[in-house]
Amino acid sequence: MGRARLVCRLAAKDLRHHRAEAALLLLAIVAATATLTVGLALHGVTSNPYAATRADTKGPDVVAVEMARPGGPSQLTALEHARGVTGYSGPYLLAFPTSLEADGHSDPVMAEGRATAAAPVDQPKLVSGRWVGHGGVVVERSLADLLGLKVGESVRLGNDGTYGTPAGPGSMRRFEVVGIAVTAALQPSSVATYMHPTGFPEPGLVWVTRSAAAELARVDGGPFAYTLNLKLADAAAAPAFVTAHETNVVSLTSWQSMSARAGYIVSVEREILLTASWLLGLLALASVALLVGGRMEQRTRRVGLLKAVGATPKLVTSVLLGEQLALALAAAALGLVIGWLASPLFTNPGASLVGAPGSPALDVSTIAIVIAAAVAIALVATFVPAIRAARRSTVRALADAPRQPRRGRLSIAVSSRLPVPLLLGMRIASRRRRRALLSATSIAITVGALVAVLMFREQTHFVETAGGLYRFGGPGDPLWERAATVMLVFTVALVALALVNAIFVTWATVQDARHAMALDRALGSSPEQVTLAVVAAQLLSALPGAFAGVPMGIALYIVAGRHTPSAPSPLSLVAVVLLTLVAVAALTAIPARIGARQSVAEVLRAETA
Amino acid sequence: MNAPMNQSDGELERAPVREPYRAGEEPLVRARRLSKRYGKGDGLVRAVDEVDLEVAAGEAVAVMGPSGCGKSTLLHLLGGLDRPSDGELWLGDRRIDQLSERKLAEMRRHDVGFVFQAFHLMDELTAQENVELPALLAGRSPRQARRRARALLEEVGLADRARHLPCALSGGQRQRVAIARALANEPRLVLADEPTGNLDSTATLEVLRLFERLHARGLTLVIVTHDERIAATADRLVSMRDGAFVDEMPLVGGTRGRLADLVGLGG
Repeated sequence: MGRARLVCRLAAKDLRHHRAEAALLLLAIVAATATLTVGLALHGVTSNPYAATRADTKGPDVVAVEMARPGGPSQLTALEHARGVTGYSGPYLLAFPTSLEADGHSDPVMAEGRATAAAPVDQPKLVSGRWVGHGGVVVERSLADLLGLKVGESVRLGNDGTYGTPAGPGSMRRFEVVGIAVTAALQPSSVATYMHPTGFPEPGLVWVTRSAAAELARVDGGPFAYTLNLKLADAAAAPAFVTAHETNVVSLTSWQSMSARAGYIVSVEREILLTASWLLGLLALASVALLVGGRMEQRTRRVGLLKAVGATPKLVTSVLLGEQLALALAAAALGLVIGWLASPLFTNPGASLVGAPGSPALDVSTIAIVIAAAVAIALVATFVPAIRAARRSTVRALADAPRQPRRGRLSIAVSSRLPVPLLLGMRIASRRRRRALLSATSIAITVGALVAVLMFREQTHFVETAGGLYRFGGPGDPLWERAATVMLVFTVALVALALVNAIFVTWATVQDARHAMALDRALGSSPEQVTLAVVAAQLLSALPGAFAGVPMGIALYIVAGRHTPSAPSPLSLVAVVLLTLVAVAALTAIPARIGARQSVAEVLRAETA
Repeated sequence: MNAPMNQSDGELERAPVREPYRAGEEPLVRARRLSKRYGKGDGLVRAVDEVDLEVAAGEAVAVMGPSGCGKSTLLHLLGGLDRPSDGELWLGDRRIDQLSERKLAEMRRHDVGFVFQAFHLMDELTAQENVELPALLAGRSPRQARRRARALLEEVGLADRARHLPCALSGGQRQRVAIARALANEPRLVLADEPTGNLDSTATLEVLRLFERLHARGLTLVIVTHDERIAATADRLVSMRDGAFVDEMPLVGGTRGRLADLVGLGG
């Protein structure tokens, strides 16, 4: 008990004494754990609300749509009495493409003509207001959220010439938003595709009276559709029913497809976030390894003192590991809270297409995984340096003797032929190979992630989902926009962590190379040459990292997204690599310059003392 | 400023670079009211306090004094490793106290060689690579630098240790490598800061003999020490206390040639 208390006290005192380093470590692990929390918490966020919404709204098992001309559906009614069908509602007239004008903006919608009485299948659930009536429109909730519409506000519906035939006088009619509702009966993607050959933007859904829908279909002047909601005896057999009854005229969608489609937005986000969290985890591991390595170097004398007063290597290791463990647990707790608070940002309003997303699940397994990841990151990064510090000779540790730099025979030979900054830079880089490797890894991960983000932003691609083939991509596509937002958040976190890494690596390198730099200056190198040497040393490790990051990013994009990309623009790849290297050089130049301005005499005196 | 390197390769023993010092020579180093102060008010420290000094080309000057009297600071000022707070400093006909960092670096590269008490060798470089470094920094080709380093290591008696890392060398051998490094660019002035401070008697003798040979060849030396036996090998002895010169004594006739007797190692 006394021993454990001693370990805790020593660890706590050291952490308090080096707050800035502790904060950096905390930041590195929090970034990874928060992202991991969001990624894990999004799991199941869509399937549950869809099931709940389906139950609440008596959602259909199959939605059938028939493109038609005035006069009514020709084949749809035959499905009402097909084998296995136990109930239905409709057919309802679906007017599109219809423009919804609010606050001067025009958006495409599908207007479904409904009776004022509740239907036996698909009863959209009102979240506010009342059901359709004369002059009133009920807006699907995600659309209302997107446009900021509230009950009582006025909108105009009709043909403004954007999506259909040229608009004539009286093509737009004023409606009052009388209600906002959710539904589990999503319209088949074929309707949206028909409306917009690119597939997106997917139109929103509104409900009006039957007569209003007929009027809208008339003024739209284009084709329209009838939609029929079916209830089956065996809901699980909906996909088979779809296969059996789909024709060229009638398009069918099973509730399973609708669920998958509704969940697709969040599944894309989740996929990105989980990939991101692993990448951030790796980067955090590199950061923590670098930070811990640097911390251990500075703790040499402290380790010596502890051992001199009787601490065993085991106790010293316990103190060092204890510090990191405390930080890891704090970071896991912070990451869980931040991730849990941030999760709704990624699920709303997309999931409200089909219902309330509810709070993301933060169950025991998520908490356990996040804590385990944080602890693993801290321990893996700490273990080797902690053991090494504990095993160092007490006399050497008390003398604070730095670790012997490595001798790079080849780099020394090659560098002799290079200009002075490169000569010195190459030698600085080869002195600490593990750090150079971690630095290169960090750059590779960052560049890889940036390349993946870039490819995502540049490309339009097809994604196979349960509902069929989606064309996915490009600004204006809500899926794309939301995935892009997630990617942006992830990129910011990643770049922030990479910056912390780069600054720390440079700082550690400058500290480590202080004596060598002072000596080089005593032998006649100018401060500029020494500054350039440190920059060159950093670039020497950043360069292979940046180049390795490009294929890594492309592979990541393909593997994580399971997409087949078209070739990314070589110009943009070159730009990413160059910008990364420039950023590394710029970040390095500041501490290098500060280091190069230190008095040579003072540094040499300090090293002698 | 520097003789072409290949002229001196392998010739160090036989052909002195400069004539040995004779009294009345033109000064190579001139310091006028040279001062270095640290801190302010009550905490003001006058590490070097209005020192006047002239060192003639080829002369060996020993600076003695107790620890903390400003000897090393003076040496750092003379070599451009530190900037004076006040006063004037000349190396040859060039005033150096107001030079930019870059110009000072150039000056150190070509005109000044340092020998430190703690050797300050690069741990990861072999003896030869350590000696090559200043020549490489001065823009010599690797071949020239290597040839020069080999000649210098031979000169200091370490040709057979050229490929050894500093950790595999004794203290005296390390200091001899450091001296060879100081000579790599044929400097006009060699500044040695307690060059035998970390050495045992045998190693001290080795280093002193080396300095004696260099001095005999006309190299200008300023040696900071608190060892009277080492000071006795110089042409002139300057005593320092509290940052100022308190005594100056020419060592006429030289004690050179009786070095072993002086250091008590004769036999």
